Amino acid sequence: MKIKAIAFNTFKEAIRDRILYLLLFFAAVCIISSRLLALLTVGDKVKIIKDVGLSSLSLFGALMAILMGTGLVFKEIDKKTIYTIISKPIHRYQFLLGKFFGLVLTLFIMLLLMSFIFLALVFFHTFTIEWEMLIAILFIFFELCLITSVALLFSCFSTPILSSIFSLAFYLIGHTAWGIETLIKKIPPGVGKTLAQFLYHFLPDLENFNFKTEIVQHLDIPSDVYLYSILYGIFYTLFVLIIAVLIFRKRDFI
Amino acid sequence: MATVLKIENLHKSFKLGFLLKKKEILRGISLSVEQGEVFGYLGPNGAGKTTTIKCILGLIFPEKGNIEIFGHPYLSPKAKEKTGFLPENPYFYDHLTASEFLDYYSQLFLMKKEAKEEKIKSLLRLVDLEDSADLQLRKFSRGMLQRIGMAQALLNDPSLVFLDEPLGGLDPLGRKEIRDIITRLKDEGKTVFLSSHILQDIEMICNRVAIIVNGEIINQGALHDLISEKILFTEVILSGVNEKELKELGECLSGHGDRTLLKVFKEENVEKALQLAQSSKGKVHSLIPRTETLEDLFVGIVKQR
Repeated sequence: MKIKAIAFNTFKEAIRDRILYLLLFFAAVCIISSRLLALLTVGDKVKIIKDVGLSSLSLFGALMAILMGTGLVFKEIDKKTIYTIISKPIHRYQFLLGKFFGLVLTLFIMLLLMSFIFLALVFFHTFTIEWEMLIAILFIFFELCLITSVALLFSCFSTPILSSIFSLAFYLIGHTAWGIETLIKKIPPGVGKTLAQFLYHFLPDLENFNFKTEIVQHLDIPSDVYLYSILYGIFYTLFVLIIAVLIFRKRDFI
Repeated sequence: MATVLKIENLHKSFKLGFLLKKKEILRGISLSVEQGEVFGYLGPNGAGKTTTIKCILGLIFPEKGNIEIFGHPYLSPKAKEKTGFLPENPYFYDHLTASEFLDYYSQLFLMKKEAKEEKIKSLLRLVDLEDSADLQLRKFSRGMLQRIGMAQALLNDPSLVFLDEPLGGLDPLGRKEIRDIITRLKDEGKTVFLSSHILQDIEMICNRVAIIVNGEIINQGALHDLISEKILFTEVILSGVNEKELKELGECLSGHGDRTLLKVFKEENVEKALQLAQSSKGKVHSLIPRTETLEDLFVGIVKQR
């Protein structure tokens, strides 16, 4: 109940943020301009629209999660609104989870809006509603939940600018972690290989949530791959949230 | 009377600057607050008043020491359910209206819908913000923010209320309104822990005070025990009297028109001044004996340190 109250207040605050609408506008522009790209490219136009559209959803969703998530806790401490909240009978973890779910709800609504624009654009070309696109979008949502938890973690101890840089680095590394996997295969055994293996297991692999190509190309995906990705998302998000709570519960609000 | 707040040997320091140099803010604070009293916590800026309150409310963690609220450990929900808090220079969620704001905070106390609505209405009435219930907090003036802050501090009908500089930055009317609310809380039998450096207000509403300087409590006790009732000097305002003759009786401080303010330290000189006024066919406009004030005590203590 207390978590719900904080989550709804966070949601109310977030949907009044102009950055959100600015990003939503650019996301819509990107999705719609995919039609222009399709005209300039040789190949299946619809596939290009789907590719660009889904990538826009992922990128702008991540930017929303990072830019808003990194200010979530910092703003409360900076503006001292946290003083009157924490002095009430509420545990610090409840406050943090409330903030997390509030932003996740905001992102969910934004993703719905972006998906509507995207699916409508696809519909104008195929005259069918391609429901399987929703699978790719669902995994984008899982990815956004994870990014939100990371942004929240950094927000617990750092300024919004630094937190945004850290979170953006997390996002970029997360989408290039497969490069380390290739590196492991190519380098000879030794310190370098051990280090690469350590990094590969420690760093996030956000490509686990990337089913865009498979869905667009109508490729078969075994159900255990989906299951693995869902569990990976849930456990990684939980892990990051636990670290955030551990840091937050020891923090002095000066 | 029961003790509602007990603090023993509280220590807190912060690491400051690039080199994280340790600065001790609280150096073994010990005090107790009894039920039903308005307890004044005085100190100059940077003495450690807000840090003490933040420790009590679990906003920062002390390094050493013990805090009990109504006999419960200070961080326990049972302790927090019985306390209210108005921070210094309060800033709230400015996107909310006054009633939305109180509704949000009431959810943190798991209040039932009917009780919640009734409480919000009565609190808005108490702080005289009924007409601004649907106004966003961003449009509130400083005084209105202070009053809505007071309302949120009283949402759970707390037995112990912490007010950190509640009178700071307010105009005389705003100060009076907050003072009236504190007096009303006192009449209702609630305990108020009031941190301030506005000594006149503290003197007017507090039963007991503690004075903190550089993180240490220098003096604490009932106001009438701390302040001597002995007359320190008498201020006499006269006109139509030769100033040279008055100078022999005391200190001539200022003149306004033909009036002279005379500060007389010896009681027999007061009588002489009155006789002088009578013999010179002058006029005595006022005669005020001055006892020690909280300000004298406070300034004396701070200067000593």
